[in-house]
Amino acid sequence: MVRFIVRRLMQMAVVLAVLSILLFLWLKALPGGPVSAILGERATPARRAALETALGLDQPVYVQYSRFITRALQGDFGASTGVLPGEDAFQVFLIRLPATVELSFFAILVAIALGIPLGYFAAKRHGSPLDSGAVVLSLIGVAVPVFFTAFLLKYFVAVEWNLLPVSGRQDPGLEATRVTGFFVLDGLLTREWDAAWDAIKHLILPTLALATIPFAVIFRITRAAVLDTLDADYVRTAEAKGLTASVIRRRHVLRNAMLPVVTTIGLQVGGLLAGAILTETVFSFPGIGDALAQSYREKDYAVLQVLVLAAAAIFVIVNLLVDIAYAVIDPRIRTR
Amino acid sequence: MGASSYADQRKNRIDDLAATSVDDSAGVSLIVSAWRRLRRNPVFLLGLTITVLFVLLAVVSPWLAPHDPTSPLLLDKVRPQSNPVPGPEPGFPLGADARGRDLLSRLLVGSRQTLIVGVLATVFGLIGGLVLGTLSGALGGWIDSVVMRIVDVMLSIPSLLLAFTIAAMAPRPSQTTLIIAIAIIQVPIFARLLRGTMLAQRNSDHVLAARALGVKPAAIVFRHMLPNAMGPVIVQATLVLAVAIIDAASLSFLGLGNPDERQPEWGQMLGASQRFIYDHPHLAFYPAICIIVVALGFTLMGEALREALDPKSRR
Repeated sequence: MVRFIVRRLMQMAVVLAVLSILLFLWLKALPGGPVSAILGERATPARRAALETALGLDQPVYVQYSRFITRALQGDFGASTGVLPGEDAFQVFLIRLPATVELSFFAILVAIALGIPLGYFAAKRHGSPLDSGAVVLSLIGVAVPVFFTAFLLKYFVAVEWNLLPVSGRQDPGLEATRVTGFFVLDGLLTREWDAAWDAIKHLILPTLALATIPFAVIFRITRAAVLDTLDADYVRTAEAKGLTASVIRRRHVLRNAMLPVVTTIGLQVGGLLAGAILTETVFSFPGIGDALAQSYREKDYAVLQVLVLAAAAIFVIVNLLVDIAYAVIDPRIRTR
Repeated sequence: MGASSYADQRKNRIDDLAATSVDDSAGVSLIVSAWRRLRRNPVFLLGLTITVLFVLLAVVSPWLAPHDPTSPLLLDKVRPQSNPVPGPEPGFPLGADARGRDLLSRLLVGSRQTLIVGVLATVFGLIGGLVLGTLSGALGGWIDSVVMRIVDVMLSIPSLLLAFTIAAMAPRPSQTTLIIAIAIIQVPIFARLLRGTMLAQRNSDHVLAARALGVKPAAIVFRHMLPNAMGPVIVQATLVLAVAIIDAASLSFLGLGNPDERQPEWGQMLGASQRFIYDHPHLAFYPAICIIVVALGFTLMGEALREALDPKSRR
């Protein structure tokens, strides 16, 4: 177990190191380089030279890289120029993170609540119209880009029918108290029910849009896993013994079929990050996905760097946690 | 241990497909037996129909389009304040875009660039993966270790996030950077697939026979192993094409696509429609539906092919 965790941590370090080198080289290769980015194109040569010395750009590349990495490890990437001008880039990440966590949490919750029961019933009625229909639905879920689902929901529910808010996380006129940065939780903690309800209303559409990806995957895995266990000898034995259908379902089918599903759920959490870029952009939902797209549009390289590195780090950490959780759930893996 | 991580799941899917390159059932060839099951499979036939129509459209669209997709024919109808997007009128069944260009013609001709982006990204990804995977699987040793570690790292990052990062690093967005970014995220998939087919065949009868006859190793790889890998590669390429088209549209939507509007492309039309999304949502609807139908066609065909090649479903 320890060896396994150490190996995964090393793998994670390699991913981040490679990414940091790429980011470093990319920053150097930017048109005009960082000096032009800071001073603009029309700076005098003397001022350029002074800034180059100040930034250490006259040093060898490996010295520059080691400085870059030292500062990066301290969370110092410089100031944001576009997303939240003047704010420290790492702070931008911290400010934006709770929104994405909140959104992902509800999205995965919805995907589980719909995907597992549907997958189970599709497998029980294998080959029936319900089964084929659900499978086609999940394939459509794969083929429809997230931003289009998001756009459809936004256009019809929010714009045409005016049922839910179009964008943002909360009505800015509410002046809700901030405790944790998770707006729904904040509202519940401070008993500002209207603030919590408003935050939930803002979350519904982005949540549904983002949930389509993990839903399709969880549905398919549940269906396949239940189909496998329904074929298993121990289920046939249980039926032959005359156990009731509900006991077989709970004790024999679901308990065994849930193992791969649990893993998939964990993995989807990491994958949500990619979908969040598109969903958050459509709904102007101020999370890290929206910040990523915005930092690209506004050429806010400090924020772009932080977010790319942070996104990769989050993804690898979530993967590691899932693997550990899996070993805890399934004793057969632990003994290996 | 760890047969559960995100990368491992993606790997398992690829490896299962790679294993289909070895077929020990006697008599009927893999392709013949697959075709027997496929021609009665409605999912496959639907996917095939969509795909064939799309490719045909891409080829003949310049002659099919009623107008020149790049000339601002209805520009005099465009009123920036009151009516930025001219509606349908005789000869222009879908109306025009914000620059007065015929929307139907742009949609028809757009199929061509969409196909080009998808196919080129897939082909470049395939070539990269073919070289890496074949080297890795045929040579083994430290080359195999190094290549597979790189592949593992790439598979462990969500592909759209990786494509976004690569495309965002280019000095300015263009069709080329879009294709390169999407091609790069496909390389590890094909590399692992090809390596898997090499390993699966290493001890199969036909390779052992060739080796016993004294066929040179290079000839074994190119003449005896690679042809058998083509089935899984075609399946994977079909699925990858669907993903490539969707990813290209997603990146275009985020502003990382081809800014040159003289070459209409569905993803780019979708991105450009964002300014008018509230009042003229049809500008986004048409290209989005085209993308979805085409991606669905490739996905249905690919999934049906995968199932047909899977030995488990052949029982």
